[in-house]
Amino acid sequence: MTEAQNNLPERPLSYLDDSGPRRGILGWITSVDHKRVGVLYLYASLGFFAVGVAIGFVMRLVQLNMFHHLVTAQTYNALFTVHGVLMIFLFVIPGLPPVFGNFMLPLMIGARDVAFPRLNLASWYFFMGGAIIVVIALFTGGGPPDTGWTFYVPFSLKTGTNVTLAVFGAFILGFSSMLTGINFITTIHRMRAPGMGWFRMPLFPWALYATSWIQVLATPILAITLVLVMLERLVGIGIFDPAKGGDPLLYQHLFWTYSHPAVYIMILPAMGAITEILPTFAKRTIFGYKAIAMSSIAIAGVGSLVWAHHMFTSGMSQFAIMLFSLLTMVVAVPSAIKVFNWVSTLYKGSIEFEPPLLYALTFIFLFSIGGLTGVMQGALAINIHVHDTYFIVGHFHYVMFGGTGFAFFAALLYWFPKMFGRMYSKRTAYVAWVPMFIGFNMLYFTMLVLGLQGMPRRYYNHLPMYNTGHEIATVGSWFLVLGLIIFFANLVVARFRGAQAPANPWGGVTLEWSIASPPPLENFEEIPIVTHGPYVFEPEARHEP
Amino acid sequence: MNHSVQAHEHELEHRDDFGAKLGMWLFLLTEILLFSGLFLSYSYMRARYPAEFHHAGSEMNAVLGVTNTLVLLTSSLTMALAIVAIQRGERKRAMAGVVATIVLGVVFLVNKAFEWHAEIHHGNYPGSAHLATLPPGEQVFFGLYYTMTGLHGLHVLVGISVLTVMAVMIKRGRINPDRFVTLENGGLYWHVVDVVWIFLLPLFYLAA
Amino acid sequence: MSEPSISTEATNEGPGYGTFVAVWAVLVLLTALLVLVSHSGQDAAIWGLMLITPLKAALVFYFFMHLRYEGLLLKTVIGVGLVTLIIFFALLFSDVAFR
Repeated sequence: MTEAQNNLPERPLSYLDDSGPRRGILGWITSVDHKRVGVLYLYASLGFFAVGVAIGFVMRLVQLNMFHHLVTAQTYNALFTVHGVLMIFLFVIPGLPPVFGNFMLPLMIGARDVAFPRLNLASWYFFMGGAIIVVIALFTGGGPPDTGWTFYVPFSLKTGTNVTLAVFGAFILGFSSMLTGINFITTIHRMRAPGMGWFRMPLFPWALYATSWIQVLATPILAITLVLVMLERLVGIGIFDPAKGGDPLLYQHLFWTYSHPAVYIMILPAMGAITEILPTFAKRTIFGYKAIAMSSIAIAGVGSLVWAHHMFTSGMSQFAIMLFSLLTMVVAVPSAIKVFNWVSTLYKGSIEFEPPLLYALTFIFLFSIGGLTGVMQGALAINIHVHDTYFIVGHFHYVMFGGTGFAFFAALLYWFPKMFGRMYSKRTAYVAWVPMFIGFNMLYFTMLVLGLQGMPRRYYNHLPMYNTGHEIATVGSWFLVLGLIIFFANLVVARFRGAQAPANPWGGVTLEWSIASPPPLENFEEIPIVTHGPYVFEPEARHEP
Repeated sequence: MNHSVQAHEHELEHRDDFGAKLGMWLFLLTEILLFSGLFLSYSYMRARYPAEFHHAGSEMNAVLGVTNTLVLLTSSLTMALAIVAIQRGERKRAMAGVVATIVLGVVFLVNKAFEWHAEIHHGNYPGSAHLATLPPGEQVFFGLYYTMTGLHGLHVLVGISVLTVMAVMIKRGRINPDRFVTLENGGLYWHVVDVVWIFLLPLFYLAA
Repeated sequence: MSEPSISTEATNEGPGYGTFVAVWAVLVLLTALLVLVSHSGQDAAIWGLMLITPLKAALVFYFFMHLRYEGLLLKTVIGVGLVTLIIFFALLFSDVAFR
């Protein structure tokens, strides 16, 4: 037995102990084991998340009169740009699929790994390579980009900051996303355990499947758009430059053709994770399995039809504006279906209240606010007033942070014992939630109000009439950060000193709970043969005493 | 340590030719979507500047364009023939097919080099003084021309490199009649490169 | 299929040398037709582009890339890509064409 296991009762050799031909760090960064790759993504993306949070913290400070001159206006522009780039490209988009998708997908479908393990590791290298290039771009050339994460032309063509390199970094990151999508689609088609037909597959894999299609189809459009920006800056091809006949609106179309579906890359796996958590703590099967599976596909599909709702005030044709507004209303429907199904799952369930459930419920609440404000923005008359205001900022933080962020936290709390074989302090998880929830709403609900009052986004300065709102929001950000620190400190301590976790601490019934925590290298001694659907809780149906 | 040895062996055991092909098709989808971004841009701009695009296109070298089309179509043929050959165990023919494809790819690139050289010589390149005197629509035309044929040429180059590796693999027997999905996948990539050019031809060379 | 399976093509399945040469000949002919049509005025050129070019591409997909002999899954994969492209073009032109 290895030293790590001295204090613990015997358990099978896990993927954490068994590093294969190489030891230590090398054993990690050269491993093609999907579980190790998932953990690599976890540490990397959480690192970028921490930096993004820190930047957000500073941005909020600067909006207090007392600290306003902490940074210059130019620096502020760079701060919100980098905050967006880090959070979106290095945390939220990569977040759930490569971390929990990589770790859990093979386990949940009864496979030993993904379809292309070496490609999986290569995807992580692309991720880290792109990230490093982005970081280098912050400290070289003309300094960090100040264009906003959307890199709108013509400013992104004219600014002296290091847009070219940053955009190249994002380009490299795109490969990570595309290759992961290819890997997951193939894995789901080819590697499900015997007996696991499509409709016996758990709903997290369904969500990953829909997400992977978006990754495959939409990311290349971003890739070419970024290449065009680089070419414009480097050689002046003229496609976006009005002086040469180019059109900035073309850039917006191309950019949002990816970036809108991208938000569904962010939210679908989050919804999938929530769909796993609720049945386990309601001790009953998910309500409307097929509806949820099909709504994931529908969201992916319809979500690709609505991109120009980011461009209502940009100068598009009347026809396009009305068409995209209509389509935007449609895309809310499958999301709403999910919310109804989740709530119905809990109804008359035998509720076991545990930290993952609390964070999952919080997700439903925060995501609903985010979703509803999104529908509001889809209405043209409202959009004219709220576009480019704090209302938008509030909206997308509710869906991206309240939604994907909290789902990430919930998934982490749910699967942490499985991944690391340790249990964290549940009490601390509850304690962390209080300032997180209060702080989150203080921060972002206030933004919704500020936006309706007319506070523009991406502004270093603001009129005195917005002072109170900014003060509330900033104090909210402090609570939020406090909560995040407590939350992660809990997990870090548990990682090294937590009590040993059993194979199935929550009484889940999907396949990942049928093996040891942490899982052995090959996942399953024998590939299971699946004889029923994924969320069967009646003991008789599972042939258990 | 027994476990990890077993796991390693198990990894080697897992062979899924159809999965490999599926993965390749999905990758090719991303390539098609990548070029589609440029085709979207082209159609957007052509809708805005129909006359200028027509005019600039009429000055392009249609002969070179059509020649290159024939070169690539033939290279797709030789590639497809190579795969029939390996399926039938005719290793030498398979090798000949792959090598012919590579040679035709190089011919394509040489033609492209001449073409670009000529255009640059006429002052038709982004940032040139001459281009700045042309109407905006024509400037955009040339911007798209270099971007699209350039990106395509890059893919031809990558294809040539990949096929060269495959030729070596055939020689060493790693691609053989029992195991040739790798060659099939290489062929699929090459055909997509051909299809992109099939669309580029009328867009840039046949506007007259 | 949910189990990994070795899938190599039987030598009887799939087209032979002759089929591919025939397809190539058709492609060359279509290219010639395209050139001809493009000299017959703007309208003809655009029709040529819209009809002949996708036909050429379809031949390459169907025969050279073997799609004709593949199962429903691979055909659907390409179908999804095609539908996506059509949607992107159509929605983009809902703006461009009506400005």
